[in-house]
Amino acid sequence: MNRSKFFVPLGVFGLVMILGALGLGLQDRGTLPSALIDEPFPEFAAPELAHPDRIVQSRDIVGKPALVNVWATWCPTCKAEHDQLMKIAEQSDVVLIGLNYKDERDKALRWLADFGDPYDLVLMDLDGAIGVDLGVYGAPETFLLDAQGRIVYKRVGNINEAVWRDDIAPQLRALGVRIQAVET
Amino acid sequence: MVPELGHLSLAFAGTLSLAACLTGFVGARLDHRQLQGSTVSLTVGQFVFALLAFASLVWSFVSDDFSVAYVADHSNTILPWHFKASAAWGGHEGSFLLWILFMSTWMVVLASRRKHYPASLFSNVMAVMSLLNLGFICFALFTSNPFERLIPLTPADGGDLNPQLQDFGFIVHPPLLYLGYVGLSVPFAFAIAAMLEKKVDAAWARWSRTWANMAWAFLTVGIALGSWWAYYELGWGGWWFWDPVENASFMPWLAATALIHSLAVTEKRGTFRSWTLLLAITAFSLSLLGAFIVRSGVLTSVHAFAVDPERGSYILVFLALVVGGSLTLYAMRATNQWVDVTFSVLSREFFILINNLILVVALAAVMWGTLAPIGYEATTGEHYSIGKPFFDLFFVPLMMTLAVALALVPVLNWKKTRRHNLQPVATWLAGAAFVIGLGSWFIVDAMMVSVAAAIALALWVILGHLYDVARRLNKKASMPRAYIGMTVAHMGFAISLMGVAVTATLSTEEDVRMAPQETRTLGYAEVTFLGVIPVEGPNYTAQEGIFVISTDGTSTFELRPQKRRYASGNVMTEASINPGLLSDTYISLGEPLEGGAWAVRLHFKPLVRWVWLGALLMALGGGFATLDRRYRRLREREQVNNAAKDKSLEGSSLGSSGAEATS
Repeated sequence: MNRSKFFVPLGVFGLVMILGALGLGLQDRGTLPSALIDEPFPEFAAPELAHPDRIVQSRDIVGKPALVNVWATWCPTCKAEHDQLMKIAEQSDVVLIGLNYKDERDKALRWLADFGDPYDLVLMDLDGAIGVDLGVYGAPETFLLDAQGRIVYKRVGNINEAVWRDDIAPQLRALGVRIQAVET
Repeated sequence: MVPELGHLSLAFAGTLSLAACLTGFVGARLDHRQLQGSTVSLTVGQFVFALLAFASLVWSFVSDDFSVAYVADHSNTILPWHFKASAAWGGHEGSFLLWILFMSTWMVVLASRRKHYPASLFSNVMAVMSLLNLGFICFALFTSNPFERLIPLTPADGGDLNPQLQDFGFIVHPPLLYLGYVGLSVPFAFAIAAMLEKKVDAAWARWSRTWANMAWAFLTVGIALGSWWAYYELGWGGWWFWDPVENASFMPWLAATALIHSLAVTEKRGTFRSWTLLLAITAFSLSLLGAFIVRSGVLTSVHAFAVDPERGSYILVFLALVVGGSLTLYAMRATNQWVDVTFSVLSREFFILINNLILVVALAAVMWGTLAPIGYEATTGEHYSIGKPFFDLFFVPLMMTLAVALALVPVLNWKKTRRHNLQPVATWLAGAAFVIGLGSWFIVDAMMVSVAAAIALALWVILGHLYDVARRLNKKASMPRAYIGMTVAHMGFAISLMGVAVTATLSTEEDVRMAPQETRTLGYAEVTFLGVIPVEGPNYTAQEGIFVISTDGTSTFELRPQKRRYASGNVMTEASINPGLLSDTYISLGEPLEGGAWAVRLHFKPLVRWVWLGALLMALGGGFATLDRRYRRLREREQVNNAAKDKSLEGSSLGSSGAEATS
């Protein structure tokens, strides 16, 4: 009799355990390379969250360095990230663009009303089409665009204080964005 | 003094569980009567000391003993007494003590029924459960001691229980959920004991079945209450968020649902044995995994407990030992042994197989959605969320398929069903359900096809079950409690399905600015805002809005949502809800605006109650089925068998064939 199949659950469990151990062990944050680095931000035309009859196109966001933050209300990590975005909006002059990804408009509006709105502009990507062009896997993800609209940096996962201080803020300063000295 | 007694009691309970574990295993091995008997006494001891420990914690809360760190963190002098008592499970340490108390409670209840089981098997069951309890108690003692003192730096008053937890829903939700989680350890222990004794048979399934059903019923109510609590307390108007903590309770539920169905096949037909064993192990393992996820902080969640990597590692090691050990045992002892049972496609066996398949796929999807972010973080170092879109993708088609299978269940027989038995359900009942579904699609505009389909399927399930009840009444056929339980539970599923489909798609939610005396239309009602008055609570002050809602001029009611500021400085939105069987009207206060106006959130939620009503019916059905007379009769018969066996002092071949389990 072939017993090997009865070991399958044990194998699956082993994998889950390895995952758990890795999850506990790893706390580091880094960045994921993207095929889009140094490429122009993909062409798009998306309605504004606050005024869905207004359509924003890619050329409208070119001109100043900008952070494009992909977020959604179904995403607990976005909630964790939100306070940091509020701080960024307060401390810097960078144009902060929210891309509300695969979400519902009512919920998104309520989220911004409840937790504050750090964005200069929020666009809707209800069906995730822009997300596909951007190679978004989920949320949150953040793209840093220079004044010519090229992607110079991509962040998968939440922006925390460390990522802001060590990665994003220096790049923004290099692009000429004014950032208040962070009090520590 | 009292906290020290509690601490000591917990240590005693741990010592007793170690002793019970040893006497239980050795007693079973040697078939030694005294050792087996002392296992039972030691079990009672565990319960008594666990109860003492928990009582001392509650006492420390009620008597405002802020020298206990856990009390100081979660309670203060002006908290009402019932919240002081329930604050005992408002944080990580205390809730784990409650977990231990429930583990001991299940054991002592099981011990009171020991006469119904063969002595050596029972001894093994107790040993397994004591071993688990030992692990839990050590976890509490070494990583999360609720009795730790703040001496000499005793604060004059405590902090505050999170205002979201100062609520009836919170008093009852965690205990029921824990009863369910921990209750799954009973079928787990039976599975391990059966494998140790190499007797996995229909009798084993029968013994496990009542316990599995009960644990499942508690888990169902616990989850439903949690969802209800989130609905009215979090103030977002949602009732399920696919949050890691919710998923942690949903995964064992899916496995336990598969288990109670698979146990039915194993009991009645003696087949699916290895599969049932695996499900029993899986269901409890997932409870433990849930505990790991919730308490280790590996995932970001809206309602996670205080995070501590040390706790995470402890649970991970415990999980590896318990689950790894039992799966190894499974790999060695599970049998492929061909049971001489055949069944056709049109049979209950086959449809339960479909049910199990769907539930396992659903389980895999939830597990992937919950754990993939951990794997992602581990490999790339990033935080990530997989959310609602992913789960919807799986759950909409899976639950609809499940409903199709369910609709045919009442007319299916074991083994083989003649085609003409199915005819009424498959033809005119299906037709009627389809017509009503189609009709609802025309009546309510903006309804999606999938919603109409869900309504039609749910109606089909309900009609199918009612048809069978009518048929039985007509033929004066018997309706055992197990049958009634099944019928109620299945209709509960259909009701939940309808509630989920309708409320998820047809709710209206508006955020508006309302000035006093202003009127707005919401759904079928007119909402008038009268103004805001200040209100004093025991430990908060609030602004209370007064709204009058009238529906078609026929009925009028008032809603009074509050914006509360607690003594601790927390601000909370207390929504006011007019619940109704057909729809809820839900109002919450946002921010004050200029000129006496307020930002107001108005919700109209049709059929939202059905989601929980259905879940309660499921639990009720599951619980009722355990009262079936059949179990008592079988037990009586077994008792006679046991007595006879005890006399002849030989311990084998009890209920080893599936054929014995006829009803």
